[in-house]
Amino acid sequence: MLTIQNLHAGIEGKKILNGINLEIKAGEVHAIMGPNGSGKSTLASVLAGRKDYEVLEGSVEFLGKDLLELSPEHRAALGLFLAFQYPIEIPGLNTINFIKTAVNEIRKSRGESPLDAVTFLKRMKEKMALVNIEQTLLSRSLNEGFSGGEKKRNEVFQMAMLEPRLAILDETDSGLDIDAIRIVSNGVNKLRNKDNAVLVVTHYQRLLDYIVPDYVHVLYNGRIVKSGTKELAFELEERGYDFIKNENTVETV
Amino acid sequence: MNTIAYFKERFDQFQPGEDQGGLDKLRGQAFQTFSQMGIPGSKHEEWKYTRIAGLFNKEFQLPADPLTGIVSPDDLNRLRLPGHEATNELVFVNGFYSFSLSKIRSTNLQVLALEEAADGEFRGIVNQWLGDSSHYQKDGLNALNTAFVHGAVFIHAGKAEHIEHPLYIYHITDARSVNILSQPRSLMYLSEQAHAQVVENYATLGSNESFTNQIMEIIVEQEARLEYYKVQNDGSNTNQVSTTHIRQIGKSFIQAVTISLDGGLIRNNLNVILDAKNCEAHLYGLYFQTGHSHIDNHTIVDNVKPNCLSNELYKGILNHQSTGVFNGKIFVRQPAQKTNAYQSNKNILLSDTCSVNTKPQLEIFADDVKCTHGCTVGRLNEEGLFYLQSRGISEKTARNLLLSAYASDILDQIKLLSLRGWVEKLINERLEKELS
Repeated sequence: MLTIQNLHAGIEGKKILNGINLEIKAGEVHAIMGPNGSGKSTLASVLAGRKDYEVLEGSVEFLGKDLLELSPEHRAALGLFLAFQYPIEIPGLNTINFIKTAVNEIRKSRGESPLDAVTFLKRMKEKMALVNIEQTLLSRSLNEGFSGGEKKRNEVFQMAMLEPRLAILDETDSGLDIDAIRIVSNGVNKLRNKDNAVLVVTHYQRLLDYIVPDYVHVLYNGRIVKSGTKELAFELEERGYDFIKNENTVETV
Repeated sequence: MNTIAYFKERFDQFQPGEDQGGLDKLRGQAFQTFSQMGIPGSKHEEWKYTRIAGLFNKEFQLPADPLTGIVSPDDLNRLRLPGHEATNELVFVNGFYSFSLSKIRSTNLQVLALEEAADGEFRGIVNQWLGDSSHYQKDGLNALNTAFVHGAVFIHAGKAEHIEHPLYIYHITDARSVNILSQPRSLMYLSEQAHAQVVENYATLGSNESFTNQIMEIIVEQEARLEYYKVQNDGSNTNQVSTTHIRQIGKSFIQAVTISLDGGLIRNNLNVILDAKNCEAHLYGLYFQTGHSHIDNHTIVDNVKPNCLSNELYKGILNHQSTGVFNGKIFVRQPAQKTNAYQSNKNILLSDTCSVNTKPQLEIFADDVKCTHGCTVGRLNEEGLFYLQSRGISEKTARNLLLSAYASDILDQIKLLSLRGWVEKLINERLEKELS
């Protein structure tokens, strides 16, 4: 589904990713872990198409398309979804209208007709129950004055509504207490199926207790330096990132 | 070119030669002031960024008479705003109030010629308050309007009268054959506990240039409530200096919303005088400028008495080569203790070639007050744009949504739903056009 080959990228002249290789297949959950500054969020941003980032080398193929050639909205229409680490507050933009616009713009770009009000509402109610989000929250301006947990739940709700093929969760656990993590993770787990995939980007292992990955990759200095199964996450939790840093210092000497 | 000699000639032609409740004296004084001050140039501190003197290099006709019949009922029909069936319609043509085109539907609303009011039971009110704005707009244009007070109107809402239908005031300029200078003038009085909603709108017929130099003065008594809306969406061949002067002489509530969507050159003066204890005033503005248009909002909130609250929020969107000015004065006089005054001006620039000059100006002489002000000038939020795009929303639609969202807290203040719907439609059409 997603094939990243030798990806080099940076921002404002500063190189951050130094040759990422990663393959994700339908039905899989991958986790990318790594210390601060290793390039986790940069990878998520580059995949979603954030403008400030510059791709210097390499390729990304998503569902047979050259992802890097596409605008952010085309990536979304193709089935890519990024759950933001810091969802943006937009006063004056009603959350439901926003989601409705997103759903219908994606349908439009796929040549489908807009959802009628009844179908949209039905789907909304269904997904609201799934991620445990209240209507009152959705009647408000997008993320305005939402708590950290509410913002992340709203991200997962949007994911539920847009039904992406690949969801990238960028530090979705940051700033959340255990209860909020459980709710958000439950939502993500309910959305998992054999046709879609999830890429979890996280600093800590604790989120992976709830969203259990098939593969864990460790990012350091813009490179994947170690890959393994979920046991690797436990090892990281136990030993900290220092052993990765040490190993890699030794290797490069 | 319109010289002072031209205006003198016109002024002499206008004199009716009989006393009209003291109006002739007021006109004479005003003409003298105008002769001394002339059209304000860019050296005038209040006119530094809005240059109008050059406009008078062109020839504008100052119509001598209410040109009845020139604007037909069909013309008016095309200009009427949605929901007009349930409004009081006050129509000015080339600056003269037209009784034949106007339609007063509320029986508890009195609308009469200013001359008549000045000569009858409202003589005291007219004498006291007509020209009140000249204490704040000390320039030749204010005097020029007063010098030519003809075909003006007096609007009266009596004690405890709730004017059920809003007042829609149409200022129509017929510039189909020549450039026209029009100078509408009105004085409104809200008695104790009276409620009224007022909407002013401007339209120019024809492609010649128009210059509207307008003044509306409104006096608000104890426990009265005024909602005032000004909507400017005229063509690029139009210019206007539009003064709205509101004096609250009893504990009362007012809100003024100014929506400016183009027009060649617009200068709005909004004065709110909090001249009684416990008054409340809300001033909102939204401007969306394109092409080479120019918008200037000069506001004055004058706290004369204690315990008043004023809240001011103006938001702007500028594109192309358009220019904007915001000048927000807040005066807190020495007796006006416990004043709460808030002011904010925000601007989004969509092009590299548009600009805005924004200036808060607070003069505080009382010591126990709470005043805040702030202004921002920036671009559309790039993070917000990416967020929306990452959800599959095209860049164009995303920009559209962000700008609509930005404008929404001003539009939400329009309590007249048919007016609000119409303004929202205008803005959406504009966004569609601008962002395509």
